[in-house]
Amino acid sequence: MSEEWIEVGSLNDIPKLGARVVNAPEGDIAVFRTADDGVFALRDSCPHKGGPLSQGIVHGDRVSCPLHDWKIMLDSGTAVAPDEGCAASYPTKMEGDTIFLSLTANEGCPNKD
Amino acid sequence: MKERLIVIGNGMAGMRTVEEILKLDAEAYDITVFGAEPYGNYNRIMLSPVLAGDKTIDEIMINDEQWYVDNNITLYKGKTVVDIDRKERKVIIDDGSEHEYDRLLIATGSNPFIIPLPGHDLEGVIAFRDINDVDMMIDAAKGDGHAVVIGGGLLGLEAANGLMQQGMKVTVLHIVDTLMERQMDSVAGKMLRKSLEERGMEILMPASTKEIIGDGRVEKVILEDGREIDASIVVMAVGIRPNIELASKVGIHCERGIVVNDTMQTFDPRVYSVGECVQHRGETYGLVAPLFEMAKVCANHLVQHGIALYEGSVTSTKLKVTGIDLFSAGDFTGDENTEELVFQDASRGVYRKLVIEDNKVKGAVMYGDTIDGSWYFDLMRDETDITDFREKILFGQAHLGDSGHGDENRIEMMSDTTEICGCNGVSKGDIVNSININKLLTLEEVRAHTKASSSCGSCTGLVESVLAHTIGGDYSVAPHLKPLCACTEHTHDEVRNAIKNNELKSVHAAIDFLEWNTPDGCGKCRPALNYYVMCQYPDAQSDDSQSRFINERAHANIQKDATYSVIPRMWGGGTTPTELRAIADVADKYKVKTVHVTGGQRIGLYGLTKQELPEIWGDLNKAGLVSGHAYGKALRTVKTCVGKEWCRFGTQDSTQLGIDLEKMTWGSWTPHKYKMAASGCPRNCAEATIKDFGVVCVDSGYELHVGGNGGIKVRVTDLLTTVKTPEEVLEYGAAFMQIYREEAHYLERTAPWIERVGLAYVKEHVVDDEANRKALAERFHYSQSFAQDDPWEARAKGAEKHEFEPMKNINA
Repeated sequence: MSEEWIEVGSLNDIPKLGARVVNAPEGDIAVFRTADDGVFALRDSCPHKGGPLSQGIVHGDRVSCPLHDWKIMLDSGTAVAPDEGCAASYPTKMEGDTIFLSLTANEGCPNKD
Repeated sequence: MKERLIVIGNGMAGMRTVEEILKLDAEAYDITVFGAEPYGNYNRIMLSPVLAGDKTIDEIMINDEQWYVDNNITLYKGKTVVDIDRKERKVIIDDGSEHEYDRLLIATGSNPFIIPLPGHDLEGVIAFRDINDVDMMIDAAKGDGHAVVIGGGLLGLEAANGLMQQGMKVTVLHIVDTLMERQMDSVAGKMLRKSLEERGMEILMPASTKEIIGDGRVEKVILEDGREIDASIVVMAVGIRPNIELASKVGIHCERGIVVNDTMQTFDPRVYSVGECVQHRGETYGLVAPLFEMAKVCANHLVQHGIALYEGSVTSTKLKVTGIDLFSAGDFTGDENTEELVFQDASRGVYRKLVIEDNKVKGAVMYGDTIDGSWYFDLMRDETDITDFREKILFGQAHLGDSGHGDENRIEMMSDTTEICGCNGVSKGDIVNSININKLLTLEEVRAHTKASSSCGSCTGLVESVLAHTIGGDYSVAPHLKPLCACTEHTHDEVRNAIKNNELKSVHAAIDFLEWNTPDGCGKCRPALNYYVMCQYPDAQSDDSQSRFINERAHANIQKDATYSVIPRMWGGGTTPTELRAIADVADKYKVKTVHVTGGQRIGLYGLTKQELPEIWGDLNKAGLVSGHAYGKALRTVKTCVGKEWCRFGTQDSTQLGIDLEKMTWGSWTPHKYKMAASGCPRNCAEATIKDFGVVCVDSGYELHVGGNGGIKVRVTDLLTTVKTPEEVLEYGAAFMQIYREEAHYLERTAPWIERVGLAYVKEHVVDDEANRKALAERFHYSQSFAQDDPWEARAKGAEKHEFEPMKNINA
């Protein structure tokens, strides 16, 4: 499968342990930056009640949804047990400090809305 | 190569320790477990319900065999460790095999004590300790015989009840004249006796057994006074002894139990021990909650985090007999230094006794209605000064203004459909099912699985009661050992002290210094740490916006559809035509969906997108309107009435007082939201007596009320003191706010804080000690000199742009 990479900004645009939003045709995508500068992208919608994950607190490899505190794994978009569900995750890659995003969601999660 | 951990004993304490180790660092050890019983790990305290037929063996299994496989743990079932070679660091098994260890954990539990009476070794004389005993009892019950239970303590009565449920006729023999004398006083003991006898149990006491007779198998029990009782089975339930046989054989220091230090280490530094077999600070424990505390501490040291300490447990007890609610905790007998508060209503079957020393709860016994048990237990653990509510304390927490669940005081009587958690719509039945299906044992686990008590927390006491009731709760926690969150073992108070004493001036400095077990905390602890650091070092510019909840980061309140609200400040509830026009203009310009007057006397605009916020704030700023902090753990509003300027009843200028209070306190961050009010007369139109700090003007001056709220649990304020001048109101107001800021736990409002520390404590530090009051007020004003910047102004001018704008728009 060929990826279409879209440049969305630079690493420094996102605060450490923070997130920014990319407005995309299918809906907003949240782009996260972890403490060790890992960059991850998820559909900006919690599998629980659609809370904007981009507004949550990022810690370790996960983000806490601001509405009801579900924890979502940044790499896979799956909810941390015992909660169940997932937010679609999107491939990202870095070239230097530039962040690229693919709009083709990773396999395995039906929740793309 | 990984270090090898060998666990001797496959019971609750040992496996809880293993679970805690796996949670902290799954790769820390190669783990091998030896268990003498031919089962996985089961919940021993649930044997009574199995005997009574309320539960099956499968239902009480905690870790089935697959669990050991999934976690790469080698389990040897039905294998007994017969020797330990401490020099060569290996254990020797009954089949002759040897296994080497780097660390050893002894969790051999306890043995039932069998009185060496003549006939104690006859067939049919058993203890009540494991699945095998329960199987024998159930078998014996098939013949409809007569059972004799020796021992009228907790275990004995549970066994007797179970055998009765199985259809046997049961006689309980107890050596003293009070049932469960270690958990209850004689009044409660009598009530319990009456209710058990009504169910058909025969109880003989004081009754001392002389011998058990029979031809190979038990037939009769003979008492010292000559009475004879037919028996097809005899259950000895007179107590347990720590199982120290193996440890003492290999020379590990033992007294009554295996002696351990506060890190659960024995006198051999490579050998740890947890559970009923240990003796810690002279105490041995036979209840489940202390075992869990020990397991946590032990695991913490085994994975070499090395920060947790076990400081002993205060325990409480409940009897697992369906339909009987009794609770006891602490020292309930008292001595010459204590007093007793007693409530007794024999016809309702309700009895409560509290033992008080120096106005602090030392112990409690309750029979019939035990819902307040967890509250008394908290008061005991927190050593709360009860002076100011001691005349009401026996009536329970409901009578202290908690209107939440006042009438729902018997878990037993509740139907399965009764809603326990109103925030998340969780019923009693949901919780009980989840506890049974998912084998939940702690409040945290119940919260994770059911969401009950995970939002506002007002039902926490009820959820704990349901948990205790369902798992048979000797449900308790060690004193002062409630960690701030799962990232640490430290309590709120320990964290605050560490920040203060070690100049920790940022969230990350605190996380590093206190050796959090996560690299950057979690959504729970980071906001707390951020607040604690800011409160301690107001001049350090430590504020970390990524450690703030979204509302405080965006200076607006996130709504359920991810839009935001904007609420400008209206000083003391006053406004002007110019301000109102500006608000109306903004509402038009941004097509605000809802304009609403809030409960705090101001106007809210709802349904705005995040991107619009800075621009709206700029427009409002032009008319002189600033942030109302309606989104923060901060000073919210000061509600006022129009006072003597207009009102014919007004005694003082409450409006100006409100404005002055708000001008003094706006912008301050607090552990939780903080609301004030000033009423011009005792008619109290501003509702000052349900605020964190409320002023009621009277002809002679000003009454100062504290610790109220109108929220989840309505709590009416306590009267702090009465003062003469507005200047004094401001000084007390600043001092009270500061002591709350400095000492309350994050997310603890003034109401629960005051209930925890006691009003007497606050009076002592704010009212009686003038120098301290002035020092508190001064620290408050110093802190305010850094806090009183309108956050909207800076952001309207372009600060923190990244917070409000998307990184990229690829819709085009």
